[in-house]
Amino acid sequence: MAETGLNKVDLIFEQVNPKDVLKKAYEMTSEEIIKEILESGLKGRGGAGFPTGLKWKYTAAEKDPEKYVVCNADEGEPGTFKDREILDRVAYKVYCGMAIAGLAIGAKQGYVYLRGEYKFLLPKLLKELESFHKILAETGYDFRITYRLGSGAYICGEESALFESIQGERGEPRNKPPYPTVSGLFFKPTVINNVETLVTAMMIIHHGAEAYRKLGTKDSRGSKVFSVSGDTPIPGIYELELGMTVQQFVNEFGDGDTKAVQVGGASGFCVPRKRFADTIIGFEGVPTGGSMKLFNSSRSMYNVLHNYLEFFTEESCGQCTPCRVGCQQLLKGIEKVKKGEVKSSYLNELMKLADTMKLASKCGLGQSVGNAFKTIVENFREEIIY
Amino acid sequence: MVNLTINGQKVSVEPGTTVLEAAKKLNINIPTLCNHPDLCVAGNCRVCVVEQEGARTLIASCATPVSEGMKIQTNSLKVRNARKHIVELLLSEHRSDCTKCYKNQKCELQALANEFAFGESIFLDLVEDHPYTIDRSSPSFIKDDSKCIRCQRCVRTCSELQFISAVAVANKGKHQKISSFHDKPMSHVVCTNCGQCVNRCPTGALVEKTYIDYVWDAIYDPEKHVVVQTAPAVRVALGEDLGYDPGERVTGKLITALRQLGFDSVLDTDFTADLTIMEEGTELLTRLKKILVEGDKKTKLPMFTSCSPGWIKFIEHKYPEFLPNLSTCKSPQQMFGALVKTYYAQKRKLDPAKVVSVSIMPCTAKKYEADRPEMRASGYKDVDYVLTTRELAIMIKQAGIDFRALEPSHYDSIMGESTGAAVIFGATGGVMEAALRTAYEIVTGREVPFKNLNITPVRGLEGVKEASVKIEGCLNEWKFLEGIELRVAVAHGLANANRLMRKLRKGEADYHFIEIMACPGGCIGGGGQPIPTNEEIRKKRVAAIYEEDEHMIFRKSHENPEIIGVYKEFLGKPNSHKAHELLHTHYTERESY
Repeated sequence: MAETGLNKVDLIFEQVNPKDVLKKAYEMTSEEIIKEILESGLKGRGGAGFPTGLKWKYTAAEKDPEKYVVCNADEGEPGTFKDREILDRVAYKVYCGMAIAGLAIGAKQGYVYLRGEYKFLLPKLLKELESFHKILAETGYDFRITYRLGSGAYICGEESALFESIQGERGEPRNKPPYPTVSGLFFKPTVINNVETLVTAMMIIHHGAEAYRKLGTKDSRGSKVFSVSGDTPIPGIYELELGMTVQQFVNEFGDGDTKAVQVGGASGFCVPRKRFADTIIGFEGVPTGGSMKLFNSSRSMYNVLHNYLEFFTEESCGQCTPCRVGCQQLLKGIEKVKKGEVKSSYLNELMKLADTMKLASKCGLGQSVGNAFKTIVENFREEIIY
Repeated sequence: MVNLTINGQKVSVEPGTTVLEAAKKLNINIPTLCNHPDLCVAGNCRVCVVEQEGARTLIASCATPVSEGMKIQTNSLKVRNARKHIVELLLSEHRSDCTKCYKNQKCELQALANEFAFGESIFLDLVEDHPYTIDRSSPSFIKDDSKCIRCQRCVRTCSELQFISAVAVANKGKHQKISSFHDKPMSHVVCTNCGQCVNRCPTGALVEKTYIDYVWDAIYDPEKHVVVQTAPAVRVALGEDLGYDPGERVTGKLITALRQLGFDSVLDTDFTADLTIMEEGTELLTRLKKILVEGDKKTKLPMFTSCSPGWIKFIEHKYPEFLPNLSTCKSPQQMFGALVKTYYAQKRKLDPAKVVSVSIMPCTAKKYEADRPEMRASGYKDVDYVLTTRELAIMIKQAGIDFRALEPSHYDSIMGESTGAAVIFGATGGVMEAALRTAYEIVTGREVPFKNLNITPVRGLEGVKEASVKIEGCLNEWKFLEGIELRVAVAHGLANANRLMRKLRKGEADYHFIEIMACPGGCIGGGGQPIPTNEEIRKKRVAAIYEEDEHMIFRKSHENPEIIGVYKEFLGKPNSHKAHELLHTHYTERESY
């Protein structure tokens, strides 16, 4: 990867002895752990990018004796499959990260909310959990992890819908505030982190924040696991240092005919060829939970968008108006434009609707439908109309 | 206190106050739709979004608590555009046959459309993209999915206020809908027909099943003698639908209006409310005697009141093991129906086949009750048509009656005389108070030991109320009750009833007599009452009920001269064979889904 300027990193899948890391964390105070994570600059790896250290700090500050650590393993974003790989290969590191988060905030119970479609991994994951619980028992640290399975709803990856689901309720996002740090699982202070975030946090404790900060950029520290798919000769999972441009990425993974890259899945942004060079993959440019989908010139961006919108009309929980009805309007709207049943200028109304959805939807799902819609329509308008 | 600015005006409010409430304090109106003061916050319609300085998105003012230094704009261009879009989106999913809709001009969505989305629609019509059902299976209401805007007021009402969840959210995304268990018809699920959802639905998705036209047909049929009875709670609420403020009593004008509509006889359900007290009070004393004197194991206590058809259906579904505890007395409406086609017809020398009996009720469950197969004691359908308070208001408007200008008048006789004890049936605790006023006097020969006969511990809007009355100085016949502390409880709203029932099931509570009303506040808060109904309005209606009681000549059921008459001439004595035949009923265990 040297010629494309990409720096391959091996942090997430690096084998370590969990006992050593736990011991190290065990010797630190809650404040010291949180300080280390804060200084590392780690931001959530699920896509939204909230500073992990702050999440832990706010939850630690809550006085409630009952707190929870939740691992969000409901990996549902189209084109994302890195959490599956992490769980498959280094589940013990996920557990270790959860235990460290538990130490930091003062929680004794952790939950892993596993995507329903990943059920096939469960026997193996439970076996590894058993071993991990033994390690915890040996170190004398009182922390337990329990699995809960999703049932295929994308919305249950939204943190508060996930809590509702664990609680046995219909998986619908809650009103915020209060945020999970104050009122999360069972309405108790909760840290909820993505699979990769927890592993990264663990490795930060292992190697120290100083070492981690050396990777990445000012706004996007460290490295990230990418799920690369689409028109690429080498699809798969890659852990790369943050800070590269889309151009660098395409140079490495493209098939020589890449016309667009969808960064961050269906809820992410479409970067067209003309923007490859000046778009950084990261929080200063286009953020991503890991999904990188390449499209070459044989692909119809109308079909791509249509596919995303179909996905959202099905996967919106349906409770709030902008998301439930907005998704249907966007989908039906582009169909009518394509068929010539409404004027192509109707796309302008739909662009405004996408703005409303971003502004007025209740949760992140509805708020991000407009990302793909706007970036695809802006850059490939002719493909939508003709 | 938390300080914030809304539209440039400063305001200080308690922590925990929502932005919406803070704005209200400044008399700034923010439109809402899914919000309802009786229900928990949903924040899902998004109509109430406002702009908060520095926030990434707009915020739902109903669901966002205030924070120090917050700067809010409720009417910025950003807000207006979003609001317009949201209303347009709701309309695109809503079958807008407004001119023919039962809720025309009473629809909250229509009002918002009027304000924000008049003119040509921006968006495409989605109604036909959704397969929808119009469920007419319940005799009480119609559920029309094509008009549903998914605000979930009905869902929250059914779970929070009534603890039934006959309606719940099903599916997700564009398929999301409000559904019953396995999409079964509403008549086949745990629904009690209480109509609390109907009272809160902002659109025409849930409306009462109207029988207005049948009533007009009967009125204009020269062959028919049409009798109307009016429930106690109607007279303190009807005015709201005719331009009066909540809590104004319109009893006299109501009677005149009914007469002008063409009813042949305008009578009072209160008459049979008094009769209920005679029957139910006697039943309670008989049960006590059977248990205390005869040691009968089959007789059950506590005894529950049976006036509220929503409550009856609830216990049939959810606590069938307690059916033997239910008083066998029919509700006043059904006692009235049974007497109209027997006693009344005989006295007035009418052919009962030609008597049509109509009732005006604050209730939608009464429509179901009248349809129950048990309710044909007279040999005919005892109550032919049940109209809600709202439907009566519609009839009055249809007839072009200037309600305000009406001269008040009195109920016809017979079956028009009543007492204050009957009037208070309309408020939670009323049946209990009326029963105690009579039972205590039967047993001791003295009035209940409460000032001015007002048994205040069972009054008020607290969810579950308890009281006890020590029975002393019994008459000879009732000596076995000497020194007994009669323990009673009162619950209103089925969620409260459920709390009480759960305790009873666990053996954690011990009472002799329990009054339960399905609706919050009792009948004054019934599902058939004017919209809106909320805590503030319920309080005003309750106050009006007790005012009405204070104004009555007779305040104890057993003093009602027409009650004395009906026993003397027709029924014999309370719980007599004839009374059992006409005035008592039985119950059915039902599935709990």
